[in-house]
Amino acid sequence: MAKRDPIYGIMAEFDSAQALVDAARKTHEAGYKKIDAYSPFPIEGLAEEIGFHHDEVPLVVLIGGIIGGCTGYLMQYWMSAVDYPLNIGGKPPHSWPAFIVITFEMTILFAGISAVFGMLALNGLPMPYHPVFNVPRFSSASKDRFFLIVFSSDKKYDSASTRSFLEGLAPRSISEVPS
Amino acid sequence: MAEQYKSAVDLEKAPVIEPGHTFGTVTEKISAIVLTRPASNGWFIGFGICFMLTMMMLFAIGYLFLKGIGIWGVTIPIGWGFAIVNFVWWIGIGHAGTLISAILLLLRQSWRNSINRFAEAMTLFAVAAAGIFPAIHVGRPWLAYWLFPYPNTMRVWPQFRSPLMWDVFAVSTYATISALFWFTGLIPDFATLRDRTENRALKIVYGMLSMGWRGSARHWHRYETMYLLLAGLATPLVLSVHTVVSFDFAVGIVPGWHTTIFPPYFVAGAIYSGFAMVLMLAIPIRKIYGLEDFITERHLQNSAKVMLATGLIVAYGYGVEAFMSWYGGDRYDMFTVWNRLHGPYAVPYWMLLICNIFIPQVLWIRKLRTNPIALFFISGVILVGMWLERFVIVVMSLHRDFLTSSWGMYYPTRWDWMTYIGTIGMFLMLMFLFLRLLPAISIFEMRTLLPEAEVKE
Repeated sequence: MAKRDPIYGIMAEFDSAQALVDAARKTHEAGYKKIDAYSPFPIEGLAEEIGFHHDEVPLVVLIGGIIGGCTGYLMQYWMSAVDYPLNIGGKPPHSWPAFIVITFEMTILFAGISAVFGMLALNGLPMPYHPVFNVPRFSSASKDRFFLIVFSSDKKYDSASTRSFLEGLAPRSISEVPS
Repeated sequence: MAEQYKSAVDLEKAPVIEPGHTFGTVTEKISAIVLTRPASNGWFIGFGICFMLTMMMLFAIGYLFLKGIGIWGVTIPIGWGFAIVNFVWWIGIGHAGTLISAILLLLRQSWRNSINRFAEAMTLFAVAAAGIFPAIHVGRPWLAYWLFPYPNTMRVWPQFRSPLMWDVFAVSTYATISALFWFTGLIPDFATLRDRTENRALKIVYGMLSMGWRGSARHWHRYETMYLLLAGLATPLVLSVHTVVSFDFAVGIVPGWHTTIFPPYFVAGAIYSGFAMVLMLAIPIRKIYGLEDFITERHLQNSAKVMLATGLIVAYGYGVEAFMSWYGGDRYDMFTVWNRLHGPYAVPYWMLLICNIFIPQVLWIRKLRTNPIALFFISGVILVGMWLERFVIVVMSLHRDFLTSSWGMYYPTRWDWMTYIGTIGMFLMLMFLFLRLLPAISIFEMRTLLPEAEVKE
């Protein structure tokens, strides 16, 4: 196993959402690719600034919904028309209009479950421990502070030059994140 | 005149959050209710009463399991008594929560951000209360799981051509999606509580519940996509649930049930009663916990308008029901209308008209729409009215149908009342617990409403 870098990254703290977005843009433009930004609420456009463009959640939901709809319909078809055909009020065993409601509900159910669990899985959650939590000031990231991190795994990362670059963005504070 | 107009405009533009708040104060104010504020005597008294009512419900249900549904007032021809009345009433109340959290999100009504959390909790608890009734009214409740299609040694499957099966799927999907929606909405706020609390044990509990949420931009992006999609899925779902509930009636041939107006009229009635419940909960909560800055007059005003609109749809539904039975010319349908107005249950029917149609018209007066005390009482009247509506639909249609030889009367027994009042106690008990253990207002969504949250490109 390769020796782990004792430093996970360098983190800069900002006062406002605007400052974070500007800093994220400059950092990304400066050639840093492995970066992340943390904020207490979703900020529109921030993910794009740090180079995140491919959101797979809609695809996961679509697949989940299709699977759910097919499961719902085929389940009813097989149970009512194949395995246990029962004459009820003279209705045909395969009475498709009556099957639509449950097909619809199963589509929603599977799509909704895929949305939630797909989002969690793609985000790598649950993850109770993460190196960024080692920074004491990071607890404000869930309140009123905004953070930008350059990971030490980035090609352009260099502890001295990255630090001075981040200092140039006028942050409130800078800290090294131990891994 | 001009002044009156100006004040109306001011109210339309009234802030969703009172000015002067920052990210920090919003966070502190909401999380303090959970973390630092001690539980007051009033809380303990309220919780205690509701807890006792819950025990009363469990006692009534326990006795039901022992003796069977003969202890209720249900007899042939009225096989659906309080159980179905209460089921439909509770499910309907739940609908407002989903409407607020999903439909208003899609319509970009950002004022919803301060009431969606507890409205969703209300949905969940109302669905829990509703779910009790179909399970216990089946006669042999320990076999209620037969409703689900599971492989069994009897080698039979459920009957999917029946609306009752559709109802099983609709309600269980609704309960699942509501729970997921509520829980994922809480994840970022659990992270806030984890970072705010001083208590080590609570830190671990909230840390686990937050799943290690750290607010990364990538996570927020996927989270927002998920939330929007879930809202988009919940919107048709919520409309389908009460539609399917109305199919339980409309697919039957009983006069008073067999009508195509039922689905839209049930959905409107659901939202009507749900908003009434939202107001009955929000008005005391904002007063007691000092949340007037976040649940402002604008929220009361908007909710009152929704009630007024859906109430008029419900009134239209009553009108169409009566008109169609006359216009359709079916003598049994016509008799049902006559029986409602003059039969042995005329008093509940006239009370229904008063509670659901006449009294709520005072909401046209702007002063009353912003007066919390008046709104509280009007909401109570609407909740009673909507309960009576379900009573009228279930009991009055069944008690006199085609053959006079099979007419009968339904009188609820003390066990019916104990179960019904007990579910109200359980619902309120869960609300009391919710208020103390979880943030009642979505903290992260409130932050996005502040002017500082705006970012220019």
